[in-house]
Amino acid sequence: MSQQTAAGLRYAYYPGCSLEATAREYDLSVRAVCEHLGIELIEIPDWNCCGATSGHSINRRLASILAGRNLALAEEMGMDIAVACPACYIRLRSAHQEMQGDDSLREELSRVLAVSYQGKHGTRHLLDVICHEVGLENLKNKVVRPLNGLKLAAYYGCYLVRPPGLVAFDDPENPQCLDGLLAALGAEVRDWSGKVDCCGGSLSLSKREIAGQMVNGLVEMAKRAGAEAMVTACPLCHANLEMRQAGADGNKLPIFYFTELIGLALGIGEARSWFKKHLISPSGLLASYGL
Amino acid sequence: MQYVVKERKTEIDGRFGAQVKEESGTEINRCYQCLTCSLGCPSAFAMDYLPHQIVRMVQLGLREQVLTSSTIWVCAGCEACATRCPNEVDLVEIMDVLREISLREGLAKERSIADFHRIFLGNIERWGRQHELSLILLLKLKTRDFFGDLLTGIKMLMKGKLKLLPGRFKEKASVRSIFQAAKR
Repeated sequence: MSQQTAAGLRYAYYPGCSLEATAREYDLSVRAVCEHLGIELIEIPDWNCCGATSGHSINRRLASILAGRNLALAEEMGMDIAVACPACYIRLRSAHQEMQGDDSLREELSRVLAVSYQGKHGTRHLLDVICHEVGLENLKNKVVRPLNGLKLAAYYGCYLVRPPGLVAFDDPENPQCLDGLLAALGAEVRDWSGKVDCCGGSLSLSKREIAGQMVNGLVEMAKRAGAEAMVTACPLCHANLEMRQAGADGNKLPIFYFTELIGLALGIGEARSWFKKHLISPSGLLASYGL
Repeated sequence: MQYVVKERKTEIDGRFGAQVKEESGTEINRCYQCLTCSLGCPSAFAMDYLPHQIVRMVQLGLREQVLTSSTIWVCAGCEACATRCPNEVDLVEIMDVLREISLREGLAKERSIADFHRIFLGNIERWGRQHELSLILLLKLKTRDFFGDLLTGIKMLMKGKLKLLPGRFKEKASVRSIFQAAKR
């Protein structure tokens, strides 16, 4: 359960490793936007890596206990966890589900870390929190600089919506919450069929050519739907879509984090400094709409 | 028993299907080859066998072909197949198990992907958190690919998107004990 306070919502915040480096602007925009919306984020002290795709790919037990340490730390704080990265999100939820169904795993976690872990708290993604706890009407009322005219493709990728037995805040084939959120900010949201297709992020460093083909298929699809930029809630998708996009710089689609666009629409002054960290600069596009 | 598959003699391991079923906890014999998994697979174009073929091969006990296939490494784990399977065959879990067995037996075909996963976990064991710059550098050393992404990497460094040093993490001992426990 999230803790309701007079000011709003309170969560144990799990940034994850990407948000300390390649996705620095995601972390900065998450913190600024949450503060603005009255969501209190208290970073889990001394959190560790969730193990990501590599963990469960080659050692599933390791993946569960690594993620489990963070669950135990949040339990000590007595709060639900809020996560920004969908890969961390699914690892933490998966570990929680496995610990519920497997006493030996829960006991092993408790033994290795010398804690008593019960599994009392859940893990939520910040897109879910903003759409369903803050609410889109509420968000819309706070918009001071609507993103009028900006044509966007909402890109969900994999782990926000799949597998449905583990993550269930939106439809696995045709999710709507990010579309709704961007519309609430005033943008023109284009319907397209690539919104839940994988970009190949986990292969971005080890198999560049495969990831490149997956990325450029998606980008072409978004362009055909009339989008001028894609919007993601995932640091791995963001890095992969920026790094592996082919073509001349002027023809590339800028990629936004959803929190960056919320920040821009809410009039948060530092938003411009986030965009400077992008490999594909969105400043020309934003300027063309007076943003 | 010997069967000819893809024009070479193949050993059949009659227990392979049962092993994969047990380790993955998924009922592979429910698959009736409807191809939903393969049709929706975003990385199928780079696979040597399509996902539904891998399931069939596991059922048939074609152990070596499965464990030396590129498919099990090219699978990005995106969960589209498992979400859409009408028989609830969890192909993602099956792929995880096949990668585990393939590594355990030294059969991994796509070295760069297997190396990536190992370096990734090695960094966590060392520092508790991932350090992307050393992940990239160690992978380059291992795969001897020194110039790919060089310009992008420099750009990312200049934009402060790659940290020079690993993040500050205190309880390294507890993360190491997690690795010890999981290796047993």
